[in-house]
Amino acid sequence: MEKPLTQHINSNRPPLNFNEYSGVGGYEAVRKAMAMAPAEITKTVQDSDLKGRGGAGFNTGMKWSFVPMNGRHESKYLVANADEMEPGTFKDRLLLEGNPHQLIEGMIISAYAIQANVSYIFLRWAYKKAARVIRQAIAEAYDAGYLGKNILGSGFSLEMHLHTGVGRYMCGEETALLNALEGKRATPRTKPPFPQVSGLFGKPTIVNNVETLCNIPHIINRGAEWFKDLSLGDDAGTKLYGISGRVNKPGIWELPMGTTMRELIEEHGGGMRKGYKFKGALPGGASTDFLVEEHMDVKMDFRSVAAAGSRLGTGTMVILDDQTCPVGFVHNLEHFFAQESCGWCTPCREGLPWTEKILKSLENGSGRQEDISLLEMHTQFLGPGNTFCALAPGAMEPLQSALKYFRDDFEKHIDEKRCPYK
Amino acid sequence: MAVIYIDNVPYEVKAGKNLLEACLSLGFDLPYFCWHPAMGSVGACRQCAVKLFKDDQDTKGRLVMSCMESVRDNLYCSIEDTTAKAFRSQVIEWLMTNHPHDCAVCDEGGSCHLQDMTVMTGHAYRRFNYKKRTYNNQYLGPLINHEMNRCIQCYRCVRFYKDYAGGKDLDVFAAHNNVYFGRATDGVLENEFSGNLAEVCPTGVFTDKTLKEHYTRKWDLTMAPSICQHCSLGCNIIAGERYGELRQITNRYNGDVNGYFICDRGRFGYEYVNSLNRIQHPLIRSHVPEAVNRETLFDHLKPLLSGKVIGVGSPRASLESNFALRQLVGENQFFSGVPETTAEMMEIILSVFNTGDVRIPSMKETEEADVVLILGEDLNNSAPRLALSVRQAVRNNPVEVANTINIPAWHDAALRELVQSEKGDCFIAYPVITKLDELASGTYYISPDEIARLGYAIANFLDPQASAVPDLQGNMQGHAVLIGNSLQKAKNPLIVTGVSLQNPSIIKAAAAIAAALGEGDRKAMLAVVVPDCNSMGLAMMNAPSILNSTALSTIGSPDTLIILENDLFSISQEAQISEILDRSTNIIVLDHLHNPTSARADIVIPVGTFSEADGTLVNNEGRAQAYFQVYMPKNENLRESWRWLSDLKNLRDGTTDANNVTPHDLIRQLADKMPQFTGADQAMPTADLRIKDQKIPREPHRYSGRTAMNANLDVSEPKPPSDPDTPLSFTMEGYKGLQPAPLNSFFWSPGWNSNQSVHKYQMEVGGALYGGNPGVRLFNHINPGDRSYMNGIPPRFKPDKENWEMLPLPHLFGSEALSSLSKGIAELSPQPYVAINSMDAESLNVDEGSILQVIIEGVQYELPVKIKPELPARTAGLPYNLQELTGIKWPAHGQLVKG
Repeated sequence: MEKPLTQHINSNRPPLNFNEYSGVGGYEAVRKAMAMAPAEITKTVQDSDLKGRGGAGFNTGMKWSFVPMNGRHESKYLVANADEMEPGTFKDRLLLEGNPHQLIEGMIISAYAIQANVSYIFLRWAYKKAARVIRQAIAEAYDAGYLGKNILGSGFSLEMHLHTGVGRYMCGEETALLNALEGKRATPRTKPPFPQVSGLFGKPTIVNNVETLCNIPHIINRGAEWFKDLSLGDDAGTKLYGISGRVNKPGIWELPMGTTMRELIEEHGGGMRKGYKFKGALPGGASTDFLVEEHMDVKMDFRSVAAAGSRLGTGTMVILDDQTCPVGFVHNLEHFFAQESCGWCTPCREGLPWTEKILKSLENGSGRQEDISLLEMHTQFLGPGNTFCALAPGAMEPLQSALKYFRDDFEKHIDEKRCPYK
Repeated sequence: MAVIYIDNVPYEVKAGKNLLEACLSLGFDLPYFCWHPAMGSVGACRQCAVKLFKDDQDTKGRLVMSCMESVRDNLYCSIEDTTAKAFRSQVIEWLMTNHPHDCAVCDEGGSCHLQDMTVMTGHAYRRFNYKKRTYNNQYLGPLINHEMNRCIQCYRCVRFYKDYAGGKDLDVFAAHNNVYFGRATDGVLENEFSGNLAEVCPTGVFTDKTLKEHYTRKWDLTMAPSICQHCSLGCNIIAGERYGELRQITNRYNGDVNGYFICDRGRFGYEYVNSLNRIQHPLIRSHVPEAVNRETLFDHLKPLLSGKVIGVGSPRASLESNFALRQLVGENQFFSGVPETTAEMMEIILSVFNTGDVRIPSMKETEEADVVLILGEDLNNSAPRLALSVRQAVRNNPVEVANTINIPAWHDAALRELVQSEKGDCFIAYPVITKLDELASGTYYISPDEIARLGYAIANFLDPQASAVPDLQGNMQGHAVLIGNSLQKAKNPLIVTGVSLQNPSIIKAAAAIAAALGEGDRKAMLAVVVPDCNSMGLAMMNAPSILNSTALSTIGSPDTLIILENDLFSISQEAQISEILDRSTNIIVLDHLHNPTSARADIVIPVGTFSEADGTLVNNEGRAQAYFQVYMPKNENLRESWRWLSDLKNLRDGTTDANNVTPHDLIRQLADKMPQFTGADQAMPTADLRIKDQKIPREPHRYSGRTAMNANLDVSEPKPPSDPDTPLSFTMEGYKGLQPAPLNSFFWSPGWNSNQSVHKYQMEVGGALYGGNPGVRLFNHINPGDRSYMNGIPPRFKPDKENWEMLPLPHLFGSEALSSLSKGIAELSPQPYVAINSMDAESLNVDEGSILQVIIEGVQYELPVKIKPELPARTAGLPYNLQELTGIKWPAHGQLVKG
């Protein structure tokens, strides 16, 4: 089983430095890419069916193809979204800390494809170790002539900067990230216009997730067909899957796209810990709908998870067991989302704290009968399109599915005026 | 045009608008908060949700924010859709979770957009039963009150203050449901337009602090359409009164002039009306007691009016009053009470405007410019509202890119992201740094004569026929070429100049540039800032300045000198004014406040201010606009100057008017006598105008207390005062429908109690008022081909060791006498100073704050030094017209001596 993304990652030793990385074939893809036309690269990536690994699952090559290539723009930007802050998600961290040169190589190729001249890695504030190794790797890449002016004599120039955020979840939303990068408040922007047309500093910009970018060198080296063949399901490539919760071996694994939830939990996660039963799971991070026992054989790819009523999201699963209160579980999440709302649009800013307060009161035993319908109202009215960005709709996904699958638990809290799990 | 379907009914709407604007323009009541007609859409509040359908077959649809949706042909939407309605009501419920519900004690109550929208959506019962979050409020200065708990986070305040008006010291802090709108620390808001926060804020977070001093609900105010008196731009305002006191000034929308915004001097400068220093009775200095009744006054006046009577008109008095004075004293005895240089400059401006060589832009039109050149004005301080327009104009060039990537003009958020800090060209030549410099692509800190020379050099570059400027120094030719090239490439260039630096050559040079830029359709815009609210009107009456030497010889020794609403001692040196006053046996002063001139008068006649009188003013673009008496003062002595003066004429001639003289009559006579005023009578409606046989009320229909407010004096309700002069009534009785635009006493519409109701008075949102925006433009190019203004290039400015060139530097607060009497404005006015550059300070051996003796024509001022490094050598800036520094004859030279 091929593991292109993680093949050179070993958490027991420091990441490969420039020479070591070059020694295992690193930066070959850059050299190959520089001999290709930018449009050819975009086409290859589009053909590979690489979908954005940040959660939205949009075809990466297609996204690039919207960048104007008419030469009229003095500046274009490529941004790596490394602001990984979704609760339960820690996949990019592995790539950032484990093999920063892989990301840099992917970024150089991607920037070349859209002819960007400046690139940024927008890194989560708390990823201190990643910041250290990335800084080192960028410096090495500059020294080796892979960054800076006239890379490999191709005439293509690229600057790369590491930007560390201040710890706002909102910055993971690509347009809010751009605002933050400009030194403004991290509030999202409306689309259209898309960043490909008017992005960072009003210039054409591509924002891609770290895992997405790390796939690029391998696609360029091995081709679109190879990449598609890596998968077991509808979507191409491998995927970093993670599990947190009460399994025997929580962790993160690179597996073929389309691995089933059962295989993930039982084989890789080592099954549930003794004394705990599986009750449900958020398959793609905190802002996805619960899947339950009946979904165990769902393939973990974008289309299959969506068909089951949830989202693949970041592909990192949070497991709810039978001894954890689902109301408390969701309350914890809503507390996070309410706190991380940027405060721009009314439903998110005012609605999320309300749901949080209701869930807290249920936990405290002061819930009222009408609270469930108030929660349901929020899951309906904080849906996509009603709010300015996807934060609040994402926040509603665990809540609405918890109300669907674990409604008894909510009702018990109200009827018994206490949390039955305490 | 596009056809859209709202709840299955087809409507034709203007393409390029957003759906919210389209719905409001069609008359639908669709609630909103963050969208503002002048500031566009950002999609933050989610209040204006409607259902949008794919086509006529789609029954499911989806919610969209109408402010973020472009109208297009065959758009199907529903306002009445159950989900859309429920969502809009839910948005209010969310906003209300933390709102304090303190309407009863909130200044916004009764004119609150949040109240209106709450009622409109039908939200009534609160389901949120947790604690509300609370904030600390800030001290924001003497003009604006801050009460953050009421905030519904619509972001309009920061969007106006920062994005639209360029303010730096108001921002949004923190995040989630704890966002805070205010300053980093307590302190006075620095922007000239901070007062508009009270109007853009949909609830009571930012309110008018001066209103708080004598608070009245909007529905209890007697209001009248008025014109701002505090600079030459003629912004339209609404003035409100209760209990005989002027209580509030708000913006009155005029799409051609001020639009939705006015400056802080205009909004807060009204308090002189309520001053204890008002003249309350006719005074005869030789009589004991001085205060007399009207009969005694007239008896005393009668003999003084025969013989040689000289009249001095005023740039702050109405056309009616100036004309009534001219009628009383006769054409040849009528002089204008403005300094000689001002008169000279006004003459130049009139001659330029009369040639038709330039386009005289309305303020709205200045906002459409793509390249701006400002010669010799600090707009934020001399004509603030125009500075706000220039701020919008510099965005026009970069915003054009938006068309190429399909960003609609109303999409404010996307436009600002795209444009970032890019700006179109703007060049500013002025001796010191101005606030607009931050927008400028070129700034030139040079002396007034050099500004004129730079202007002439630009004109010469554009049109080699224009005279060349001899002896150009340094980079001046380079600057001229740079600016000239940019202006030449512009589609819609704007030249702004004015009288502030008291240098006639600057105005000529600006005119020469505008004329050189093009003819016909390519005519360039020339906006000129003039000193006072009716400087233009007075100048158009073609009366020579009373300070002019030829005028002085004509005057000789008059029997009586009548001075109309003018403190002559503030416009020139005391000795010169005294000399004029001493010539006359009798001096009659008509004014509303005691001042040094009224102190010298033998007879003082109290007159109404703008709030107690009707009148017509001509603004800097030659637009005649009427203002209306707000209330009938309890003191019957406070009459309009024109009424007193008409009475005096009758008194002298032994005649009586068959009918009451109305302002319209006077303006019509004026237009008959002087063709340059043709059309001005259209600005002031006839007194007998009625709609459905009714007058137009000054009071909202909910005006309360009428039967009780005088009960301490008399339990029977007194007969309300009648207004024989205008179509307005002093009560709530009258026609309740849509009034003619110049007669909008207030903006109100069922369900729309706040000023947001203005869209109900507009033909389309943000467009002209029904019946056209008020005002009549008077310039009609009677003198084509006269280019005499082109001549007179001044010699090069040479720093003079002994004789410093004094520069009058206007200040928003302090340079205009009447507004400076408002408490808050006085508090914010600068202390007197003398500004010099660092080298000069070194040569005088002084530092910032050291005291210098400034000697101008023998008068000595002790002033602290302010270092302005950019000032040209051997020039010294003085804050123009501060109370302590009035009576300087400009332009001035003087000596600076270390004290």
